[in-house]
Amino acid sequence: MSIIEAKGLARTFTSRKRTVHAVRGVDLTVEAGEIVGFLGPNGAGKTTTLRMLTTLLRPTAGSATVAGADLLRDPLGVRERIGYVPQAIGQTMGGTDPECLVVEELLDQAALYRIGRADAMARAEALTAQLDLGGLDRRLVKTLSGGQRRRLEIALGLVHEPALVFLDEPTTGLDPQSRSNLWDHIRGLRADLGTTVFLTTHYLDEADALCDRVFIIDHGEIVGTGTPDELKRQVSGDVVTLAVNGGGASGGVNGGGANGTAEATRALLARQPVVQDVTLSDDGELRLHVVNGAEALPALLRVLDDAGVTMSSINLSRPTLDDVFLTMTGRSLRDDSPGAARPGKQRDEQEPQPAGKE
Amino acid sequence: MTFIHDTLVVFRRQERLSLRNPAWVVIALVQPVLYLVLFGPLLTHLPAGTLGGGSGAGGTAEAYKFFVPGLLIQLGLFGSTFVGFAIISDWRGGVIERFRVTPVSRLAVMTGRVLRDVIVLVAQAVILVLVGVAFGLRAPVIAVLISLGFIVLVALGLASVSYATALLLKSEDAFAPLLNSIIVPLVLLSGIMLPLSLGPGWLQGIARVSPFRYIIDAMRSAFYGHYANTVMLEGVAVSIGLALVCLWLGSRVFLRENA
Repeated sequence: MSIIEAKGLARTFTSRKRTVHAVRGVDLTVEAGEIVGFLGPNGAGKTTTLRMLTTLLRPTAGSATVAGADLLRDPLGVRERIGYVPQAIGQTMGGTDPECLVVEELLDQAALYRIGRADAMARAEALTAQLDLGGLDRRLVKTLSGGQRRRLEIALGLVHEPALVFLDEPTTGLDPQSRSNLWDHIRGLRADLGTTVFLTTHYLDEADALCDRVFIIDHGEIVGTGTPDELKRQVSGDVVTLAVNGGGASGGVNGGGANGTAEATRALLARQPVVQDVTLSDDGELRLHVVNGAEALPALLRVLDDAGVTMSSINLSRPTLDDVFLTMTGRSLRDDSPGAARPGKQRDEQEPQPAGKE
Repeated sequence: MTFIHDTLVVFRRQERLSLRNPAWVVIALVQPVLYLVLFGPLLTHLPAGTLGGGSGAGGTAEAYKFFVPGLLIQLGLFGSTFVGFAIISDWRGGVIERFRVTPVSRLAVMTGRVLRDVIVLVAQAVILVLVGVAFGLRAPVIAVLISLGFIVLVALGLASVSYATALLLKSEDAFAPLLNSIIVPLVLLSGIMLPLSLGPGWLQGIARVSPFRYIIDAMRSAFYGHYANTVMLEGVAVSIGLALVCLWLGSRVFLRENA
């Protein structure tokens, strides 16, 4: 049996007489042993869906079985079987108390699952080793680095050896080194413990690097599902990006100068039969889709050379999940990344707090 | 029995975190002494009979029999209602959510904390009574025990409601003015500082709505040596009723499926 099976999960919030459809009927199936990514921009409904699957929020419609327990009839059964690591940015943080010792957090968490003292000590020891927290057990949480604290939060989600763990934005806010280090640990969860991992992310590279399968969610609906490779194949062809040398740095806004050259080049490339479409970005970069990049490239170079266009750079790439996202939702995921990195800027995804009762 | 286990798990965590903070410990211990040292001399200089009850003999011993019960309730009114601030920062830290995803009783998240608050308040009350005795308070031991019973019920109720309200508001900026606008009138209407008998009739009428007024009257009655009378009965009924209603309100918030 699948470890997660959700049918038509939906959640609406009513705030100041306005109804917000945060999630509009999500169907999803996750098999035991998978690492699955839930990908979408801020406000798409990722966290709301996760909060429903972890019994923090009651769905307004739909049903689900999570880790063998019925979400609506047996929420306690779900809680006993899953681990949950909340996101550490936005309105609420990751769940550790700055004034606690690392070992106290681990033992307290074990006590919440009613694990006996001796077993709890053994689990704490195993988890500190597993997540590279060795030697930190007598340290106050507030003295940990961002990456260490995040690993502690993940350790807390694993104290009771759950078959399924939910990670909400596991690496958001971490520096690049800590991120790739955490990726290794997340891979290790499955490799060493056989844990099924369900994570949300708005980093495409994270989904690409970690996940066997990706669900793309936008406006509260799942708009695409598949392995990263399958999704990329849906975006036909390869991507060529190139920048042209214009008439010097003094170019005007419209016409003349670099932009004029780039626009002329765009028109020229659009006429080539191998080019499916071509767009000119604000920073003067040309981006074109071609069926087979390796074959198209020599022809394109010849055309540009004949026209007297000189290039400062050219790059051929297989489509990324970013392209997939762009194709499926009509906008680039990168567009909302800058705001996403700042704490407190994720309001739109959270439930509207003033609503006293739902 | 798992509920008791869960409550104790939460209690031990909160107790450990409290004791780790030396400033908190010192303030908690000094506060009752400070109240007594500052307010006490004010009342011992009132003319005999002003404070009512007892023999009307006036003087230091009389004043403290009036004043110590009032201070005990004041400790509770301020101490137990302000505990909600801590749960707002815990909510913001994701700790509440973390607990709610585990099988731990969601009610124990409240009761474990309330247990800590009750014990803190009882400890403060004992200090206050002991210092009072050093200052000249003479009261029967049974009266002190009865008063501690009232204090337990008051702390139980007020702390529960404080946590529930704070968790609903989720904002210190909203919680602080709310507390001030409720507690300051309650301090007046409960006759903590001054006997309500000094006030005009309409004020005494309004004061009847304050549950703490009945509890203080019962405690004062005990301090004067009267245990079996209507005042005591009213005090017991009101304090138990208050604790039950507050616990019920608090549990409703903590047991909600969405938080």
